[in-house]
Amino acid sequence: MIRLAIALVAGSIFGAGLAFSGMSDPARVQGFLDLFGNWDPTLAFVMGGAIIPMAIAWLIQRRVEKPFADAHFSLPGTTIIDRKLGTGAALFGAGWGISGLCPGPGLADLAINPLPALAFVIAMLAGMAVHRVTN
Amino acid sequence: MLAAFPHAMPVEGLIGGLMIGIAAALMLLGLGRIAGVSGLAARATGIADSGAPRSMAIAFVIGLPLGAFLVSLATGGVVTRFPPSVIPMILGGLLVGFGTRLGSGCTSGHGVCGMSRLSRRSLTATAIFMASGFATVALMRFGGLL
Repeated sequence: MIRLAIALVAGSIFGAGLAFSGMSDPARVQGFLDLFGNWDPTLAFVMGGAIIPMAIAWLIQRRVEKPFADAHFSLPGTTIIDRKLGTGAALFGAGWGISGLCPGPGLADLAINPLPALAFVIAMLAGMAVHRVTN
Repeated sequence: MLAAFPHAMPVEGLIGGLMIGIAAALMLLGLGRIAGVSGLAARATGIADSGAPRSMAIAFVIGLPLGAFLVSLATGGVVTRFPPSVIPMILGGLLVGFGTRLGSGCTSGHGVCGMSRLSRRSLTATAIFMASGFATVALMRFGGLL
């Protein structure tokens, strides 16, 4: 129960951060990717701001045996840089540019602008399902 | 420097970014998990079989719109400027969904969590999806789609 509460709180702080920072606004995200237009640097501040506490968290993680509310760390150990990683990232980047949305803002926007966000989220889940069926 | 970009929101961006990083730190230090939204969304919907416990993934995913809703209430509304057509949402969504599964992550998992861990794999993925995003929007601009 405590684990579910932590996940819900973490998701809520995450979603609040997205909305507060302007990252739930597709036009603002697209503005960051639009180097030849009216460039908007906001996303760089968001990424910089997010990396600071997370970098500290990784330093703490190395010094503790287990997380405070779970039995052990379950972290990705893959270090392989292969074609799947590159192709996947390239396709994701294209979709990000076309829509101005990545998964977090798409889900957060369900509460702010439900109809277009729902179209994105359904298409995103369909894309994930296509990957599952074909791989 | 920012005077050149009057529409930018550096302060809100930094504060919101810190919130995102604190949320990801809570997932790591509390639950031992990466706050990767694409992976958690796939897990929550049952599209992925492995990863976080499903109930945990569902709780996190529900939190995203909940947190955004609370900010909207507290600040009197959050601006979301969507394109007038639904086609970019559908096409973009399909590519985002397929691409994040194939590439094992998105802006949160690779970008925030992986880059702060100095993971070469995540640094590579982030460089590629950023470059692809820049190139895609440049093509849209020169193709008259923006």
